[in-house]
Amino acid sequence: MNAKGAATSPQTEPPEIAARRRAMTLLARARRNELAEPIAKRWPDHGARDLKPIESGLVMLRGRIGGDGAPFNLGEATVTRAVIELPTGERGFAHILGRDASAARLVAIADALWQRETGDVETVILAPIAERLAAEAAKARAETAATRVDFFTLVRGEDAA
Amino acid sequence: MSALAFADPTFESQTAFRRIMRAMSAPGTILACGEALAPPPPLARAAAAALLTLADFETPLWIAPSFPAAIGDYLAFHSGAPRADAPDKAAFALVDLSAGGLDLARFALGTAEYPDRSTTIVAQASTLAAGPRLRLSGPGLKSEATLAISPLPTDFVAQWAANRAGFPLGVDLIFVADARLAALPRSTTVTEGAR
Repeated sequence: MNAKGAATSPQTEPPEIAARRRAMTLLARARRNELAEPIAKRWPDHGARDLKPIESGLVMLRGRIGGDGAPFNLGEATVTRAVIELPTGERGFAHILGRDASAARLVAIADALWQRETGDVETVILAPIAERLAAEAAKARAETAATRVDFFTLVRGEDAA
Repeated sequence: MSALAFADPTFESQTAFRRIMRAMSAPGTILACGEALAPPPPLARAAAAALLTLADFETPLWIAPSFPAAIGDYLAFHSGAPRADAPDKAAFALVDLSAGGLDLARFALGTAEYPDRSTTIVAQASTLAAGPRLRLSGPGLKSEATLAISPLPTDFVAQWAANRAGFPLGVDLIFVADARLAALPRSTTVTEGAR
Protein backbone atom coordinates (compact mmCIF):
# COMPACT_ATOMS: atom_id res chain seq x y z
CA MET A 1 0.00 0.00 0.00
CA ASN A 2 0.99 3.63 -0.08
CA ALA A 3 2.08 5.99 2.68
CA LYS A 4 -1.44 5.87 4.12
CA GLY A 5 -0.80 2.24 5.07
CA ALA A 6 1.38 3.41 7.96
CA ALA A 7 -1.60 4.95 9.73
CA THR A 8 -3.40 1.59 9.82
CA SER A 9 -0.43 -0.64 10.62
CA PRO A 10 -1.04 -3.51 13.06
CA GLN A 11 0.73 -1.55 15.81
CA THR A 12 -1.55 1.50 15.80
CA GLU A 13 -4.97 0.20 14.74
CA PRO A 14 -7.89 0.18 17.18
CA PRO A 15 -8.42 -3.09 19.11
CA GLU A 16 -11.64 -4.08 17.31
CA ILE A 17 -9.85 -3.90 13.97
CA ALA A 18 -6.89 -5.81 15.39
CA ALA A 19 -9.26 -8.54 16.59
CA ARG A 20 -10.91 -8.78 13.18
CA ARG A 21 -7.51 -8.84 11.48
CA ARG A 22 -6.43 -11.71 13.72
CA ALA A 23 -9.62 -13.65 12.98
CA MET A 24 -9.37 -13.09 9.22
CA THR A 25 -5.68 -14.06 9.23
CA LEU A 26 -6.47 -17.35 10.95
CA LEU A 27 -9.40 -18.00 8.63
CA ALA A 28 -7.30 -17.33 5.53
CA ARG A 29 -4.86 -20.03 6.68
CA ALA A 30 -7.56 -22.56 7.52
CA ARG A 31 -7.89 -25.86 5.70
CA ARG A 32 -11.19 -26.33 3.95
CA ASN A 33 -12.44 -29.07 6.31
CA GLU A 34 -11.58 -26.94 9.34
CA LEU A 35 -14.30 -24.57 8.12
CA ALA A 36 -16.72 -26.82 6.25
CA GLU A 37 -17.33 -29.21 9.14
CA PRO A 38 -17.99 -26.71 11.97
CA ILE A 39 -20.10 -24.49 9.73
CA ALA A 40 -22.20 -27.44 8.51
CA LYS A 41 -22.62 -28.69 12.10
CA ARG A 42 -23.15 -25.45 14.04
CA TRP A 43 -24.59 -23.05 11.41
CA PRO A 44 -26.25 -25.32 8.81
CA ASP A 45 -28.80 -22.64 7.87
CA HIS A 46 -26.57 -19.55 7.72
CA GLY A 47 -28.32 -18.46 4.49
CA ALA A 48 -25.31 -16.55 3.11
CA ARG A 49 -25.75 -14.85 -0.25
CA ASP A 50 -22.93 -13.85 -2.62
CA LEU A 51 -22.71 -10.05 -2.96
CA LYS A 52 -20.04 -10.29 -5.65
CA PRO A 53 -19.29 -13.29 -7.82
CA ILE A 54 -16.33 -15.26 -6.44
CA GLU A 55 -13.30 -14.33 -8.52
CA SER A 56 -9.72 -15.52 -8.82
CA GLY A 57 -6.99 -13.10 -9.77
CA LEU A 58 -3.43 -12.09 -9.15
CA VAL A 59 -1.95 -9.83 -6.50
CA MET A 60 1.55 -8.44 -6.59
CA LEU A 61 3.59 -9.49 -3.57
CA ARG A 62 6.05 -6.87 -2.39
CA GLY A 63 9.10 -7.56 -0.30
CA ARG A 64 11.78 -5.67 1.60
CA ILE A 65 15.22 -7.08 2.31
CA GLY A 66 15.88 -7.14 6.03
CA GLY A 67 12.52 -5.52 6.74
CA ASP A 68 13.76 -1.98 6.11
CA GLY A 69 15.13 -2.06 2.56
CA ALA A 70 13.45 -0.47 -0.43
CA PRO A 71 10.25 -2.36 -1.39
CA PHE A 72 10.45 -4.42 -4.56
CA ASN A 73 8.00 -6.60 -6.46
CA LEU A 74 8.68 -10.18 -5.46
CA GLY A 75 6.18 -11.89 -7.75
CA GLU A 76 2.50 -12.51 -8.26
CA ALA A 77 0.30 -14.83 -6.26
CA THR A 78 -3.08 -16.28 -7.20
CA VAL A 79 -5.80 -15.21 -4.79
CA THR A 80 -9.53 -15.86 -4.67
CA ARG A 81 -11.97 -13.31 -3.31
CA ALA A 82 -15.42 -13.90 -1.90
CA VAL A 83 -17.91 -11.39 -0.46
CA ILE A 84 -21.09 -12.66 1.17
CA GLU A 85 -23.94 -11.26 3.24
CA LEU A 86 -25.88 -13.03 5.97
CA PRO A 87 -29.66 -12.55 6.22
CA THR A 88 -28.98 -10.54 9.42
CA GLY A 89 -26.90 -8.02 7.44
CA GLU A 90 -23.29 -8.87 8.32
CA ARG A 91 -20.91 -8.79 5.38
CA GLY A 92 -18.10 -11.32 5.24
CA PHE A 93 -14.98 -10.82 3.15
CA ALA A 94 -12.28 -13.32 2.22
CA HIS A 95 -9.08 -13.21 0.25
CA ILE A 96 -7.27 -16.55 0.24
CA LEU A 97 -4.28 -17.89 -1.64
CA GLY A 98 -5.11 -20.28 -4.44
CA ARG A 99 -8.10 -20.90 -6.66
CA ASP A 100 -10.49 -22.75 -4.34
CA ALA A 101 -13.74 -20.79 -4.75
CA SER A 102 -15.74 -22.86 -2.25
CA ALA A 103 -13.03 -22.48 0.39
CA ALA A 104 -13.02 -18.69 -0.14
CA ARG A 105 -16.78 -18.68 0.32
CA LEU A 106 -16.47 -20.64 3.58
CA VAL A 107 -13.88 -18.16 4.86
CA ALA A 108 -16.20 -15.26 4.04
CA ILE A 109 -19.10 -16.98 5.79
CA ALA A 110 -16.94 -17.61 8.87
CA ASP A 111 -15.88 -13.93 8.85
CA ALA A 112 -19.51 -12.79 8.77
CA LEU A 113 -20.48 -15.27 11.51
CA TRP A 114 -17.55 -14.01 13.60
CA GLN A 115 -19.01 -10.50 13.46
CA ARG A 116 -22.37 -11.81 14.67
CA GLU A 117 -21.32 -14.49 17.16
CA THR A 118 -17.70 -13.73 18.02
CA GLY A 119 -17.41 -16.04 21.02
CA ASP A 120 -18.89 -19.11 19.32
CA VAL A 121 -16.77 -18.71 16.21
CA GLU A 122 -13.65 -18.24 18.35
CA THR A 123 -14.18 -21.56 20.17
CA VAL A 124 -15.72 -23.66 17.37
CA ILE A 125 -13.64 -22.52 14.38
CA LEU A 126 -10.71 -20.30 15.29
CA ALA A 127 -9.30 -22.11 18.35
CA PRO A 128 -8.60 -25.42 16.50
CA ILE A 129 -6.97 -23.52 13.61
CA ALA A 130 -4.77 -21.49 15.97
CA GLU A 131 -3.82 -24.71 17.78
CA ARG A 132 -2.81 -26.47 14.56
CA LEU A 133 -0.81 -23.47 13.33
CA ALA A 134 1.01 -23.19 16.68
CA ALA A 135 1.81 -26.93 16.62
CA GLU A 136 3.11 -26.67 13.06
CA ALA A 137 5.27 -23.68 13.94
CA ALA A 138 6.66 -25.47 17.00
CA LYS A 139 7.45 -28.57 14.92
CA ALA A 140 9.23 -26.48 12.29
CA ARG A 141 11.23 -24.76 15.02
CA ALA A 142 12.16 -28.11 16.60
CA GLU A 143 13.23 -29.55 13.25
CA THR A 144 15.30 -26.49 12.48
CA ALA A 145 16.91 -26.54 15.92
CA ALA A 146 17.93 -30.21 15.42
CA THR A 147 19.99 -29.29 12.37
CA ARG A 148 21.90 -26.52 14.12
CA VAL A 149 25.64 -26.59 13.52
CA ASP A 150 28.15 -24.86 15.76
CA PHE A 151 31.05 -23.72 13.62
CA PHE A 152 34.60 -23.58 14.90
CA THR A 153 37.81 -22.92 13.05
CA LEU A 154 40.51 -25.50 12.40
CA VAL A 155 43.97 -24.16 11.97
CA ARG A 156 45.28 -25.90 8.86
CA GLY A 157 48.70 -24.27 8.87
CA GLU A 158 48.98 -23.96 5.04
CA ASP A 159 49.47 -20.20 5.13
CA ALA A 160 52.18 -20.46 7.72
CA ALA A 161 54.32 -22.84 5.69
CA MET B 1 -30.54 -6.72 1.55
CA SER B 2 -27.80 -5.16 -0.51
CA ALA B 3 -28.34 -4.84 -4.23
CA LEU B 4 -26.13 -6.87 -6.53
CA ALA B 5 -24.11 -5.71 -9.54
CA PHE B 6 -23.03 -7.66 -12.64
CA ALA B 7 -23.49 -11.42 -12.25
CA ASP B 8 -20.55 -12.00 -14.62
CA PRO B 9 -18.38 -8.89 -14.17
CA THR B 10 -15.87 -9.62 -16.94
CA PHE B 11 -18.25 -10.22 -19.82
CA GLU B 12 -21.07 -7.93 -18.75
CA SER B 13 -18.77 -4.95 -18.22
CA GLN B 14 -17.12 -5.64 -21.58
CA THR B 15 -20.55 -5.65 -23.22
CA ALA B 16 -21.45 -2.39 -21.51
CA PHE B 17 -18.10 -0.85 -22.46
CA ARG B 18 -18.62 -1.82 -26.09
CA ARG B 19 -22.05 -0.13 -26.11
CA ILE B 20 -20.74 3.03 -24.43
CA MET B 21 -17.93 3.20 -26.98
CA ARG B 22 -20.42 2.81 -29.84
CA ALA B 23 -22.64 5.50 -28.34
CA MET B 24 -19.63 7.84 -28.00
CA SER B 25 -18.41 7.24 -31.55
CA ALA B 26 -21.84 7.80 -33.08
CA PRO B 27 -23.42 10.58 -30.99
CA GLY B 28 -27.17 10.41 -30.73
CA THR B 29 -27.35 6.62 -31.13
CA ILE B 30 -29.60 5.18 -28.44
CA LEU B 31 -28.45 1.78 -27.21
CA ALA B 32 -29.73 -0.66 -24.63
CA CYS B 33 -27.39 -1.08 -21.65
CA GLY B 34 -27.59 -2.71 -18.23
CA GLU B 35 -30.84 -4.57 -18.92
CA ALA B 36 -29.95 -7.32 -16.44
CA LEU B 37 -29.07 -5.02 -13.52
CA ALA B 38 -31.28 -4.20 -10.56
CA PRO B 39 -29.67 -1.18 -8.86
CA PRO B 40 -31.35 0.50 -5.88
CA PRO B 41 -33.94 3.08 -7.00
CA PRO B 42 -33.87 5.79 -8.28
CA LEU B 43 -30.63 4.84 -10.07
CA ALA B 44 -31.29 3.97 -13.73
CA ARG B 45 -30.07 0.59 -14.94
CA ALA B 46 -27.99 2.11 -17.75
CA ALA B 47 -26.42 4.60 -15.29
CA ALA B 48 -25.45 1.74 -13.01
CA ALA B 49 -24.03 -0.23 -15.95
CA ALA B 50 -21.99 2.74 -17.20
CA LEU B 51 -20.52 3.59 -13.79
CA LEU B 52 -19.86 -0.02 -12.77
CA THR B 53 -18.05 -0.48 -16.09
CA LEU B 54 -16.05 2.76 -16.20
CA ALA B 55 -15.40 3.78 -12.59
CA ASP B 56 -12.73 2.10 -10.47
CA PHE B 57 -10.37 2.88 -7.61
CA GLU B 58 -8.48 5.44 -9.70
CA THR B 59 -11.47 7.53 -10.79
CA PRO B 60 -13.10 9.82 -8.20
CA LEU B 61 -16.87 9.76 -8.54
CA TRP B 62 -19.12 12.72 -7.69
CA ILE B 63 -22.76 11.94 -7.01
CA ALA B 64 -25.31 14.74 -7.03
CA PRO B 65 -26.74 15.31 -3.53
CA SER B 66 -30.25 14.67 -4.87
CA PHE B 67 -29.48 10.93 -4.88
CA PRO B 68 -30.03 9.01 -1.62
CA ALA B 69 -26.99 7.71 0.28
CA ALA B 70 -27.83 4.13 -0.75
CA ILE B 71 -26.81 4.97 -4.34
CA GLY B 72 -23.37 6.14 -3.19
CA ASP B 73 -22.93 3.02 -1.05
CA TYR B 74 -23.97 0.75 -3.93
CA LEU B 75 -21.56 2.33 -6.43
CA ALA B 76 -18.70 2.52 -3.92
CA PHE B 77 -19.11 -1.10 -2.86
CA HIS B 78 -19.31 -2.54 -6.37
CA SER B 79 -16.97 -0.24 -8.32
CA GLY B 80 -14.47 0.65 -5.58
CA ALA B 81 -14.40 4.25 -6.81
CA PRO B 82 -13.58 6.92 -4.19
CA ARG B 83 -16.04 9.78 -3.71
CA ALA B 84 -14.99 13.17 -5.07
CA ASP B 85 -15.89 16.00 -2.68
CA ALA B 86 -16.44 18.51 -5.49
CA PRO B 87 -17.68 18.15 -9.08
CA ASP B 88 -14.50 19.70 -10.52
CA LYS B 89 -12.37 16.99 -8.88
CA ALA B 90 -14.36 14.12 -10.36
CA ALA B 91 -13.45 11.79 -13.21
CA PHE B 92 -17.08 10.66 -13.34
CA ALA B 93 -20.21 12.36 -12.12
CA LEU B 94 -23.76 11.18 -11.67
CA VAL B 95 -26.53 13.78 -11.94
CA ASP B 96 -30.31 13.54 -12.02
CA LEU B 97 -31.87 15.86 -14.60
CA SER B 98 -35.31 15.39 -13.02
CA ALA B 99 -33.98 16.86 -9.76
CA GLY B 100 -32.96 20.22 -11.18
CA GLY B 101 -30.41 21.99 -13.28
CA LEU B 102 -27.18 20.91 -14.86
CA ASP B 103 -24.27 23.34 -14.79
CA LEU B 104 -21.56 21.98 -17.07
CA ALA B 105 -19.03 24.65 -16.01
CA ARG B 106 -18.95 23.21 -12.46
CA PHE B 107 -17.20 20.07 -13.65
CA ALA B 108 -13.54 19.43 -14.51
CA LEU B 109 -12.78 20.54 -18.07
CA GLY B 110 -9.27 19.10 -18.29
CA THR B 111 -6.09 21.07 -18.82
CA ALA B 112 -4.31 22.10 -22.01
CA GLU B 113 -1.63 19.46 -21.34
CA TYR B 114 -4.14 16.78 -20.30
CA PRO B 115 -7.56 17.44 -21.87
CA ASP B 116 -8.54 13.89 -20.86
CA ARG B 117 -8.57 14.90 -17.18
CA SER B 118 -12.13 16.10 -17.49
CA THR B 119 -15.37 14.84 -16.00
CA THR B 120 -17.56 12.38 -17.85
CA ILE B 121 -21.07 13.13 -16.66
CA VAL B 122 -23.71 10.42 -16.48
CA ALA B 123 -26.96 12.37 -16.65
CA GLN B 124 -30.13 10.54 -15.76
CA ALA B 125 -33.23 11.63 -17.70
CA SER B 126 -36.69 10.15 -17.99
CA THR B 127 -36.61 9.80 -21.78
CA LEU B 128 -34.07 10.07 -24.59
CA ALA B 129 -36.55 10.10 -27.48
CA ALA B 130 -39.68 12.01 -26.46
CA GLY B 131 -38.46 15.46 -25.38
CA PRO B 132 -37.64 18.66 -27.29
CA ARG B 133 -35.57 17.77 -30.32
CA LEU B 134 -31.83 18.50 -30.44
CA ARG B 135 -29.93 18.30 -33.75
CA LEU B 136 -26.40 16.91 -33.54
CA SER B 137 -23.53 17.22 -36.00
CA GLY B 138 -19.79 16.72 -35.88
CA PRO B 139 -17.24 13.90 -35.91
CA GLY B 140 -18.83 10.46 -36.19
CA LEU B 141 -21.94 11.79 -37.87
CA LYS B 142 -22.23 11.58 -41.66
CA SER B 143 -25.56 13.38 -41.60
CA GLU B 144 -27.37 15.08 -38.73
CA ALA B 145 -28.58 12.97 -35.83
CA THR B 146 -31.22 13.86 -33.29
CA LEU B 147 -31.79 13.33 -29.60
CA ALA B 148 -34.91 14.27 -27.67
CA ILE B 149 -33.99 14.24 -24.00
CA SER B 150 -36.41 15.23 -21.28
CA PRO B 151 -36.15 16.82 -18.80
CA LEU B 152 -33.28 19.06 -19.89
CA PRO B 153 -32.30 22.52 -18.56
CA THR B 154 -33.69 25.31 -20.77
CA ASP B 155 -30.20 26.76 -21.33
CA PHE B 156 -28.64 23.41 -22.23
CA VAL B 157 -27.91 24.31 -25.88
CA ALA B 158 -26.14 27.52 -24.82
CA GLN B 159 -24.18 25.65 -22.13
CA TRP B 160 -23.20 22.99 -24.63
CA ALA B 161 -22.07 25.64 -27.15
CA ALA B 162 -19.78 27.09 -24.46
CA ASN B 163 -18.47 23.58 -23.72
CA ARG B 164 -17.91 22.98 -27.46
CA ALA B 165 -16.09 26.32 -27.81
CA GLY B 166 -13.45 25.22 -25.30
CA PHE B 167 -12.43 22.20 -27.41
CA PRO B 168 -10.20 20.22 -26.85
CA LEU B 169 -11.18 20.92 -23.25
CA GLY B 170 -14.67 20.18 -22.02
CA VAL B 171 -16.92 17.57 -20.47
CA ASP B 172 -18.46 14.52 -22.15
CA LEU B 173 -22.02 13.49 -21.42
CA ILE B 174 -23.67 10.10 -21.23
CA PHE B 175 -27.46 10.44 -21.10
CA VAL B 176 -29.32 7.54 -19.56
CA ALA B 177 -32.99 6.69 -19.19
CA ASP B 178 -33.84 3.38 -17.53
CA ALA B 179 -31.89 0.76 -19.51
CA ARG B 180 -30.97 2.93 -22.50
CA LEU B 181 -28.12 5.33 -23.09
CA ALA B 182 -26.88 7.88 -25.62
CA ALA B 183 -23.67 9.88 -25.56
CA LEU B 184 -22.70 13.45 -26.35
CA PRO B 185 -18.92 13.77 -26.67
CA ARG B 186 -17.35 17.24 -26.46
CA SER B 187 -16.69 17.23 -30.23
CA THR B 188 -20.39 17.26 -31.13
CA THR B 189 -22.24 20.46 -32.04
CA VAL B 190 -25.81 20.74 -30.78
CA THR B 191 -28.51 23.01 -32.21
CA GLU B 192 -32.15 23.30 -31.30
CA GLY B 193 -34.35 21.61 -33.88
CA ALA B 194 -37.99 22.09 -34.81
CA ARG B 195 -40.29 19.35 -33.68
